[in-house]
Amino acid sequence: MMKVTRPSTAPALAAGAPTSRKTRTSAAQRRAVFLFVAPFGVLFLAFYAVPILFAVVQSLLTVERKGTFGPPQQVFGGLVQYQQVFQNSEFWESVGRVLLFGVVQVPIMLGLALLFALLLDSPLLKGKKFFRLAFFAPYAVPGVIAAIMWGFLYSPSLSPFDAVTSQVNFLSADLVLWAVANIVTWVYVGYNMLIIYSSLLAIPTEIYEAARLDGASNMQIAWRIKIPLVVPAIILTGVFSIIGTLQLLAEPQTLRSFSSAISSTFTPNLAVYTTASVPNYSLAAAFSVVLALATFVLSFVFLKATQRKVSQ
Amino acid sequence: MSRGAAMLIMGVFTLYFLTPIWWLLVSSSKTGGDITGTAPLWFTADSIPTFFANLGNLFTYSDGVFGRWLANSALYAGLGALLGTVIASMCGYALAKYEFRGREAIFNVVLSGVLVPATALALPLFLIFSQVKLTNTLWAVFLPSLVSPFGVYLARIYAAASVPTELLEAARLDGSSEARTFFTVSTRLMAPALVTIFLFQFVAIWNNFFLPLIMLRDQALFPVTLGLYAWNSQISQIPELRVLVIVGALVSILPLIATFLALQRFWSSGLGAGSVK
Repeated sequence: MMKVTRPSTAPALAAGAPTSRKTRTSAAQRRAVFLFVAPFGVLFLAFYAVPILFAVVQSLLTVERKGTFGPPQQVFGGLVQYQQVFQNSEFWESVGRVLLFGVVQVPIMLGLALLFALLLDSPLLKGKKFFRLAFFAPYAVPGVIAAIMWGFLYSPSLSPFDAVTSQVNFLSADLVLWAVANIVTWVYVGYNMLIIYSSLLAIPTEIYEAARLDGASNMQIAWRIKIPLVVPAIILTGVFSIIGTLQLLAEPQTLRSFSSAISSTFTPNLAVYTTASVPNYSLAAAFSVVLALATFVLSFVFLKATQRKVSQ
Repeated sequence: MSRGAAMLIMGVFTLYFLTPIWWLLVSSSKTGGDITGTAPLWFTADSIPTFFANLGNLFTYSDGVFGRWLANSALYAGLGALLGTVIASMCGYALAKYEFRGREAIFNVVLSGVLVPATALALPLFLIFSQVKLTNTLWAVFLPSLVSPFGVYLARIYAAASVPTELLEAARLDGSSEARTFFTVSTRLMAPALVTIFLFQFVAIWNNFFLPLIMLRDQALFPVTLGLYAWNSQISQIPELRVLVIVGALVSILPLIATFLALQRFWSSGLGAGSVK
């Protein structure tokens, strides 16, 4: 459990010291700040900021040939690639697909995570430690491996549960999106459960005792006290889930060996990968920029919208 | 809700979460034909020798490339997460405990980094690395993995809450340098957060798929997830790979489960830190 001890603001220990000493310390501190921040700063610039800028630049280029058989040349093309992005129906279908996925899967996953966290925090359960570990274990399974495991379990010809899979083909065009949703849920419920559970543990128990004295039932305590107090944790898990949904790649890409219903542009990131393999780097870069921007805007809006709601 | 109903819900979902892993364990101890031919969730008479035979095949197939993949993953994830944790915690600590110009600006940039996920960067990174002719090298996967904006965020929140400013002042009066105070005193106070950052970065790198997929052509550089993915997509041509993929999947998740169990005490306390504020 995390104890938040908020340090009182520093008493002015150095206040009585002579000024010369004070300036010396602050020079040392400035150097220290530089040393502490610089390594991350350099890496962040090199592997976050510069690549994004470079992708933006690449997305503004277009390939041109001199005459029909001349050598290809990259020239500035303005927003030509973005025009392509907006006209690319496969890309927008993939965006629609992951949005549908997110609207259904994220609430189910977070709802389950909240339910399990509340049960773990209630006096109703025995063997809490076991449940916590059992539910969290799938988080240790990489997306690729989870998709391979579930791919075998789903597959009509390979599944050990052929009594079910011969009746329902989870890998058909109609169901495969939800087959992916099940894999993602299986992996991440426990992780989200733990985030919500740790924030439940941080609530001081006196609040419950007071509520119980007022005659509140366990159910009322959960609804009226616990859930409102863990809203920040739920928002955090919500933002990460939205980001994760838009980035879906490993699970559908791996399932392609089991199901022909997953096209090479099934999710936006698959479309990026497929387009980059053509190779059409400029269009792939434009997809990436649109996707990164959409992810950023969506999670930012979600964060702001829920914050306003909470503070009201 | 009654005690019985609560236990029933948790019991049913325990089956949901553990059955696939159990199936993986059981299937690892079967021959190719037995995986579909026998009871899926129970062992056969000669499970134990078959398991070791499968394991032997796994590590000898194609000149033992699987062992190479495991070692690569351990290097990318282990060393990457270790260095990444040090780098992120220094930055988060500086943002929490020092007043300086541009502090809020840096923190906001880091925060927006949290919202731009690693996979969205895979292609941009590929474009950059191909400019300097470093695609298909170890560095192409290793270097970008060192950056963890979420680690900085966690470190800042945790340092603000757990490292008293009075203590830093006292260390200064004793003549300890800022760096020494950080490495000997502050890191100790921040230990749960550091373990959490390490673990989650370790998992993020170990699970990362898009970056190696787009960067690497040479099998000898693959992390284990990409290697197993490659084998899995060849099963229809080479059916004997199916058993190897299943055993390999089991072997590849064991280090993660072991790490989580070993460090449980730390991460279960550090995990809540991100949502405190």
